[in-house]
Amino acid sequence: MSRYPKPPEGSWTAHYDLGTAPVSYEDSISPEFHELEREAVFKRSWLNVGRVEQLPRNGSYFTKELAVARTSVVVVRDQQGEVRAFHNICRHRGNKLVWNDFPKEETAGVCRQFVCKYHGWRYDLDGSLNFVQQEEEFFDLDKSDFGLVPVHCGVWEGFIFVNLAEEPAQSLRDFLGPMVTALEGYPFDLMTERWFYRGPVKANWKLYMDAFQEFYHAPVLHAHQTPAEWSVPAQKAGFEAPYYKIEGPHRVVSTAGIRPWELKEDQRRPMEDLTRSGLFGAWEKPPLPPMPPGLNPSNANPWGLDSFQIWPNFVILIWAQGWYLTYHYWPTAFNSHVFEGTLYFVPAQTARERLAHEMTATMFKEYGLQDANTLEATQTMLESRAVTRFPLMDQEVLCRHLHKVATEWVNDYRLEKEGARV
Amino acid sequence: MAEPMLPSQFADLQPFAARWCLGTERERFAERMASTMADMQSFYDAITPRAEEAIAYCDRFPLDDLPDDVLNLMHLLYSMIMVSYPVECWGQPQIPDTGAVYLDLVSEPVP
Repeated sequence: MSRYPKPPEGSWTAHYDLGTAPVSYEDSISPEFHELEREAVFKRSWLNVGRVEQLPRNGSYFTKELAVARTSVVVVRDQQGEVRAFHNICRHRGNKLVWNDFPKEETAGVCRQFVCKYHGWRYDLDGSLNFVQQEEEFFDLDKSDFGLVPVHCGVWEGFIFVNLAEEPAQSLRDFLGPMVTALEGYPFDLMTERWFYRGPVKANWKLYMDAFQEFYHAPVLHAHQTPAEWSVPAQKAGFEAPYYKIEGPHRVVSTAGIRPWELKEDQRRPMEDLTRSGLFGAWEKPPLPPMPPGLNPSNANPWGLDSFQIWPNFVILIWAQGWYLTYHYWPTAFNSHVFEGTLYFVPAQTARERLAHEMTATMFKEYGLQDANTLEATQTMLESRAVTRFPLMDQEVLCRHLHKVATEWVNDYRLEKEGARV
Repeated sequence: MAEPMLPSQFADLQPFAARWCLGTERERFAERMASTMADMQSFYDAITPRAEEAIAYCDRFPLDDLPDDVLNLMHLLYSMIMVSYPVECWGQPQIPDTGAVYLDLVSEPVP
């Protein structure tokens, strides 16, 4: 018996016409599929690489390793204040231009120009080559032909995206589409207290996306995170979301929430009472402007969260308690990726507020590690191919969609390549 | 006798200060993983009854300009949160079923 109304078709899965047959996870265990995905997905999509607050002034820069595209980009705020991105490679002999100590580690800072460590070639922040050591000994070298190689770069609501395609098929805003851009006006710019977690995960990137786009697992995998007085009835009730939306390659799940302070005391952990905070955020919400129309689409009361799964590998998750987090999943091989989780709060003004944030961030890690470890267990057994067909239920509708989109993009790419050969 | 690290009204927590007044999550998580349950239980039992008073004390100072002893007290409260999962839920330092993974906090707010 559903707690929330289903669409007229009887299920979310049927509503979005995704088919109800068991699915294959071949797209997550095939090295060949992954090689195609690099080209078909990651070199053609808009990829979020950070936020404008990471570039506080002209000359601020950061680098982003994009192993999936076998490149590194440097993102910089130039002297005019414009955000630009370049492939992080010197035009002289191919040295990585911006790095410190360890060439594969990301770095950030402020500079007036970029100087290559190898032979001292220098580039303005707009990418133009402005100095060549012993220039007179080169042959017909025109410096204007040797600027840094630009990468398409766009900013939406303070989120910086790059697109590695020669010419992106869509503008950033068209790519995001109306469902995602309905978030415009959310006070992302006020939430500058940032907690940035990163860790390697031995599983295909899509498997971790799956873990955070269904909550069917939550009452089971995380049962022992909460007192039995809470977890036992929660597991018995199971999980249902009141609302799912799919638009183009992107997805949203919206959930109903709880008011922890209204629960019976034995349903909470003592530390939640001490800090007046928990996984969902501080009990006291910061004052915020009115929410944009794209949030809480089912008008749940209490509302829990909206999770925007932005194709391919970016998630913005907005909590009812007045904060948000992002997830990024950066593939490093068909069976591994680097996971990033970043939490954003309105900066604490008092010690009490700061401790409430500490509680939320600490709990985030306890949950995230359980999710991540489960994935390694999934990846290794999927690779056995002992089972190749997996049933998905209606609360897993977004998982079904993600794998369908990935397969479609790869198939389209395959057809294009074959077409080009004919 | 070493210089007290905490404000004088929290002298009873001084025995835990050298070990748990840690400025980064990385250090606090490492200390948790290296601790016995008995160690964490005694720290938890000592600090939780004093936590409300400690938070109220820290709140008397501007968050971006805490005197050293108050900053130490804040860090001790962060460690209280860090040990609370092992003590309240897990009965062990490690999150169950997370043997193969780690998640580094690369950057965090200060204080």
